Amino acid sequence: MADKYDADQMPKKNPLSLQIDLQKFEKATDEEKRQADVMSESTTFFRDGMRKLRKNPLAMFSIVVLVLIILTIIIAPVVVPYSYSDIITVNGKRDKTATNMAPFKYSKLEQQYIDEGGKVFPHIMGTDELGRDYFIRVIYGTRISLIVGVFASIIVLVIGVLYGSVSGYFGGKVDLVMMRIVDVIYSLPDLLMIILLSVVLNEVLKFDGNGVLARLGTNMISLFIVFGLLYWVGMARLVRGQILTIKKNEYVLAAQVSGAKSSRIIRKHILPNCISVIIISAALQIPSAIFTESFLSFISLGVKAPMPSLGSLASAARSGITTYTYKLIFPSLMIGLITLSFNLLGDGLRDAFDPKLRR
Amino acid sequence: MDMNYKPNPDYLVEVNDLKMYFPVKTGFFKTIPLKAADGVSFAIRPGETLGLVGESGCGKTTVGRALIRLYKPTDGDIFFEGKRVEDKNIGALRKDMQMVFQDPYSSLNPRMTVEDIIGEPLDVHKLYTSRADRRDKILNLMELVGLNAEHATRYAHEFSGGQRQRIGIARALATEPKFIVCDEAVSALDVSIQAQVINMFEDLQNKLGVAYLFIAHDLLVVHHISHRIAVMYLGKMVETADADELNSNPIHPYTQSLLSAVPYPDPNVAKSRKRIILEGDVPSPLNMPSGCPFRTRCRFATEQCAQEMPPLTDRGNGHLTACWNR
Repeated sequence: MADKYDADQMPKKNPLSLQIDLQKFEKATDEEKRQADVMSESTTFFRDGMRKLRKNPLAMFSIVVLVLIILTIIIAPVVVPYSYSDIITVNGKRDKTATNMAPFKYSKLEQQYIDEGGKVFPHIMGTDELGRDYFIRVIYGTRISLIVGVFASIIVLVIGVLYGSVSGYFGGKVDLVMMRIVDVIYSLPDLLMIILLSVVLNEVLKFDGNGVLARLGTNMISLFIVFGLLYWVGMARLVRGQILTIKKNEYVLAAQVSGAKSSRIIRKHILPNCISVIIISAALQIPSAIFTESFLSFISLGVKAPMPSLGSLASAARSGITTYTYKLIFPSLMIGLITLSFNLLGDGLRDAFDPKLRR
Repeated sequence: MDMNYKPNPDYLVEVNDLKMYFPVKTGFFKTIPLKAADGVSFAIRPGETLGLVGESGCGKTTVGRALIRLYKPTDGDIFFEGKRVEDKNIGALRKDMQMVFQDPYSSLNPRMTVEDIIGEPLDVHKLYTSRADRRDKILNLMELVGLNAEHATRYAHEFSGGQRQRIGIARALATEPKFIVCDEAVSALDVSIQAQVINMFEDLQNKLGVAYLFIAHDLLVVHHISHRIAVMYLGKMVETADADELNSNPIHPYTQSLLSAVPYPDPNVAKSRKRIILEGDVPSPLNMPSGCPFRTRCRFATEQCAQEMPPLTDRGNGHLTACWNR
């Protein structure tokens, strides 16, 4: 058999035959033969998505920006010798003249100290009206804003995914009742809830001492609680919708036929298939939480002084907007940079991972 | 449900008067039942294949799924090895009853490797002693269905349709079931692959002695693999007989028209055959004709057909037909 089909001695074409002339075929090279043998490289969904994400310049740029911001807020407080809550001291003495300075300017006392041979760390963003270093305040404000954003989105993620997956998977009456609860929560005004809760919590929780919670203040705690109570509904609806479509797939039926329990089916089959949508939506939740926090701080419902947040810094800068414009520009720039990066990253993640947008 | 019904111990699976209705909302408060399966009865012996044929939407898949209890039947009894299948014992029976699905693309989880897909029934029923034992069992199954063991760590989307269907079959075989429902298991494959997969089904039956409920709409395929064939029309069983008997001597007019539509390889014979072309469309299952559901398209329909559904009567040799006039 083997020599009958040998490519070197293909049968001559009969001139009357309508068959293709076999001698016109070219022999496959060894390289081509090898290519036919090798199956394409095994790629997972995640790897494929990451490859696409890496090709997206906007998303990569926003990742770089976010990494830089995160590194700065971790390293800067160690390097910069000022504290966000204390007035600048020069050589052990409080410098009351160092108020409202422009970036990279030194006060008289500091200048004097430098002339004497002392070293003063420059005020990269100047100082505020109380003589505190503005750079370190912006850094701490960014810390607060990012922490609020990440934690709020984690709270939303956990509650939303649990609620949504139970509602979507069990369907029927369970779904009906659970989704009506979501509708009710959706209709509550979130801002009003935050204001009311922070007033109530102010009375109930009497913080003293120096704990993290006490420094954040009741406004922030009520903000977290409100995120936990109200903001998860969007995520729950999203997850429910995803699960409703995924549970129609035959592999879910196959798992049921195998005898798998509901919890296993949700864990192993349903959630892994909607995880990309969940991650994207969580990434987009972060900037929205940061924005809410900044907005609340701006209307002085945010963190407790002297703890700064980007919103409260911007709010404080409003009074001197004509004379000290830079004090408004720096925190606003930071808010803009963070929200923009997260939004672009979220969009990039969606483009890379959303199965509906795949070719 | 007929609590007094005594199952025949010879049969592996016995279905008696299975009814599966789905509520369909037609108005704000009004729901009417969609009778996907209405009084279906059949039985399968150990190691036997029953082919279930009928056109799209006649309730074949519903019967298969109700049988394996993916749906809870509205009424009727299902017995497995003489035991009534109920909610409380289905967990234990899952090991003995498995299913192969129609669509090889949506029936495999895209986020799992082949190893995990095939291993899932093993995981659920804890059928292995160690990780190495699990892997051995999976590789044996892959070999059994003709898959390359090197592909165990690959994902389902890297395989062709025929290979994917083999993965689905390996998954169904993992628990060493006695009965497998093949729900249009070859319809989505092209003809050459269909032949391979069907021959594999036969080989597996000879090797392992499993019984199949083979659901399909292709009569040739069903005739090839089945010992007996049941024909369904609009949720009702209209004819059951041995495969060869049904093929050579169809009694019910619906079966006759189905068989006349089967393509015949010899053009001379094909020319001499008369096609019975059915007029009109299948009635909506929401608005079924009274009496015999087929009467609206039947050449032999009489007054009696509109009055009453004909019962399945034995025409000799276990050839059951539900028709008043034939």
